[in-house]
Amino acid sequence: MQLLSIAESINLALDHEMANNPDVVLLGQDIAKTGGVFRVTQGLYEKYGEQRVLDTPLAESMIVGLSVGMASQGLRPIAEIQFMGFIFPGFNQIATAVARMRNRTRGRITLPMVIRMPYGGGIHAPEHHSESTEALLAHLPGLKIVIPSSPSRAYGLLLAAIRDPDPVIFLEPKRIYRSQKHALGKNNEAYPIGSCFIDRVGSDITLVSWGAMLRETHQVADELAKMSIDCEVIDVATISPLDMRSIFESVAKTGRCVIVQEAARNCSVASEIAAELVEHGLRLLKAPVTRITGYDTIMPYPKMEHYYMPSVERIREAVLRVMEYQ
Amino acid sequence: MSISKLNTFSECKSVAHFNINFIQYLNEDGQLCAEAPAFCHDKILMLSLYRAIKLLHLFDLKVLNLHRAGQMGTYTGTLGQEAVGIGAASCLTDNDVFVPYYRSAPDLYWRGVKLHEILMYWGGDERGSDFADPRLINDFPIPIVIASQLLHAAGVASAIKLRQQKNRAVLTLVGDGGTSEGDFYEALNVAGAWQLPLVIIINNNRWALSEPNTRQTACQTLAQKAIAGGIEGVQVDGNDVIAMRAVTEAALAKARAGGGATLIEALTYRLCAHTTIDDATRYVASEELDQAWQREPLKRLKTWLITNEMLDAAQDANLEIECRAEVEREVEIFLNMPIQAPTAIFDFLYAELPERLLSQRDDVIKHRGS
Repeated sequence: MQLLSIAESINLALDHEMANNPDVVLLGQDIAKTGGVFRVTQGLYEKYGEQRVLDTPLAESMIVGLSVGMASQGLRPIAEIQFMGFIFPGFNQIATAVARMRNRTRGRITLPMVIRMPYGGGIHAPEHHSESTEALLAHLPGLKIVIPSSPSRAYGLLLAAIRDPDPVIFLEPKRIYRSQKHALGKNNEAYPIGSCFIDRVGSDITLVSWGAMLRETHQVADELAKMSIDCEVIDVATISPLDMRSIFESVAKTGRCVIVQEAARNCSVASEIAAELVEHGLRLLKAPVTRITGYDTIMPYPKMEHYYMPSVERIREAVLRVMEYQ
Repeated sequence: MSISKLNTFSECKSVAHFNINFIQYLNEDGQLCAEAPAFCHDKILMLSLYRAIKLLHLFDLKVLNLHRAGQMGTYTGTLGQEAVGIGAASCLTDNDVFVPYYRSAPDLYWRGVKLHEILMYWGGDERGSDFADPRLINDFPIPIVIASQLLHAAGVASAIKLRQQKNRAVLTLVGDGGTSEGDFYEALNVAGAWQLPLVIIINNNRWALSEPNTRQTACQTLAQKAIAGGIEGVQVDGNDVIAMRAVTEAALAKARAGGGATLIEALTYRLCAHTTIDDATRYVASEELDQAWQREPLKRLKTWLITNEMLDAAQDANLEIECRAEVEREVEIFLNMPIQAPTAIFDFLYAELPERLLSQRDDVIKHRGS
């Protein structure tokens, strides 16, 4: 057991699966000798060689399209896109091939592949390096979209993603890549995809979030505990398909829900969760379901990104507002 | 002023130069204009190539009628271009992988896909892409987004290379319009950079829907686009099935032997509209079309077969009856195919349907499209 960050635990999961399955191959820009821009694949090229860790030419559509061809032949490609903001050239392949191949061929060709990419703001990166556009992907049927929030979940969920018979988009919250460490070993334990994690049990209000925003969400829950407000905190972890059952169960208990996401609000995952709660759970609710999100603006450049990011203050204010309803 | 003359301080030197060859064996009069490749002496093969071209020609006309009768969805015809797909696909072994494009009915047919499966796909039934022939387990379905398939083919070729599989290659096609897409260039680039066992054929039928080649590109040939990818490029008479087969066979042999990728531009002509719902008379001059009919592949091959005493008029008439019967048989299978269960729209999305979709699946059973 060693203390590992999210970035290191992803590396451990990749290493584990590469050691156990010769069909697992990595591909992406600068992932071999460089170990990727965030060093997530560091050491794997030296260990598994150029047949398993492939530096590709610089072209996202090609990285995704090649993965489709490789996966169709039974390989398990894990593609790295350097930043989520660069997925758009590859979006065509995701929408028209990755998400649809199983359905198109009635299950004859399946794509056991993973596309990994760091996402989210807060690290003072240039334009297009800080978006949280997970809702664009979650809207596509046929994909699974997974977002870990801690080193142990990154490890367990990535193992599951690699072993999944269907394509999984694995979004890595880069703001917390190295901010916390868990004691981890290669325990081979995959976490289920499609299930929420109940991070904190509480009875007054349900706080729902995923990825890096769980940090601020937990901070608010800690603070409010001192004011005798008992928050339940849910890490959604898989934003598609959503585990609404766990969220309903929690809201049935608390009657209140605040959803916290970094992404812009319009047509977002938070909007979907809120709509589900209102459509099917109105009688459970004591207060309006509330969303704290990034604004419906272009993600600002680094000097003003802190205006955009949901803060502890905004979350706390929302929770207190919701708590006023009796 | 030419940019290459900008530097007045030193003598201009040419750092690289390229050449694109054109390959033809059988001219439009059905005469050989080069020494015939060895396979031309194989009467059974030559007659089966002829039969397939004829069959697809008849199939195309039949599908148009089905569409007009409201019995068929939108279909991308291959009238006049049959030799490209037939000639190319005839070089594939069961060991190879075929990645078609949306105008690949002839190649798919040769490969082993039944005409009724092709009709199912274009007639709106996903089962058309679940090829029944077990030898086609690795072959790709028809894609609609142009040039996207070239990257899939490159990915399959990468898998072959990574697994160090011997004697195995990938064949894929793209239309002339598809050569304007980024995915086309990305595929050429990686095919060259990684020395992939890949053969890409451009079915240059001169029209990307209503846009002629002159509006697509300033290139003299589409084959020369290979140069940017660092792979071999060649232009071939796509209406000459002998040339198509000879060139594809050589390119596949090279790929299987580890010699890397090839880009083949097949020059043909689209004698039909872009699809069954398109009216090509709005943009194709009738004189040009009349001239193109003089160069189509079926007539010239027939002339050659008769000259070489592989075929006579009676045999040709019999062959036509046989082909028409096969087309009719396949159309009947297509028309009588029971529709899938309504739940099939959910059944193949994921290996296991997520719980969240179960209520939607129940809903479609309850309402059944009502």
